[in-house]
Amino acid sequence: MHYTFDIEKGNFTNAGNASGSVKKTLKQLNVDPSSIKRIVVALYEAEINAVAHAYGGKIDIDIDGDKIVMVVADQGPGIPNIELAMTEGYSTASQKVREMGFGAGMGLPNMKKNTDKLDIQTELGVGTTITMTVFLKN
Amino acid sequence: MLLKDIIEKLNLKVYNEVNMDSDVKSAYSSDLLSDVMGNAKSGQVWITMQTHKNVASIAALKDVPAVIIVRNGVPDDDMLEFAKDNDVAVLSSSEPTFPLCGKLYELIK
Repeated sequence: MHYTFDIEKGNFTNAGNASGSVKKTLKQLNVDPSSIKRIVVALYEAEINAVAHAYGGKIDIDIDGDKIVMVVADQGPGIPNIELAMTEGYSTASQKVREMGFGAGMGLPNMKKNTDKLDIQTELGVGTTITMTVFLKN
Repeated sequence: MLLKDIIEKLNLKVYNEVNMDSDVKSAYSSDLLSDVMGNAKSGQVWITMQTHKNVASIAALKDVPAVIIVRNGVPDDDMLEFAKDNDVAVLSSSEPTFPLCGKLYELIK
């Protein structure tokens, strides 16, 4: 199964649509609830990151029998220092984003914790592609 | 304790009346959304001062039965609409976070 969602810069109102939709689908597929919880956390964080930092992008989700692969590809500033970005508490979010309760520097660490594989490809001034894989226990 | 009993004992204002028979055993208090996303557990009630739509969105994703907004906070229209569509109770307390948490802790500890 393949799903695609668009990411719109600064549109926090729709952030979470992909996670909500994937959660419903995985429930219908009788995927183990603990896997669903991890997938939802990781995907939501990736959605928020793209909305908060990028200029736009796309989410591609593939679910097959034993795994879910989520690719969040954005056109944006890129991540200058991935190691720093992976540090819990480090954030480059704007004041407006922080006032909403985002920008706590927990996004990428939450993605790492809740996925089996996390791959980050980033180019400054071009964009970032995050690929997250979770193996499903049915 | 059932959510409806907590509402009565803490004198909470009800903006969206669902999950009234949820048995609440624990709560999570935070205004950082990633903290809640990463660390709250399903079934916990969420205490916060945030009032925007993403709060309802995260509550639904995390299977949080109710959000309690502190200090008479009023949910934004789109937060309330999302909560109604996704079965999240939205409540409000006149108390700030600390006394509200203390009173709720005493009720459900």
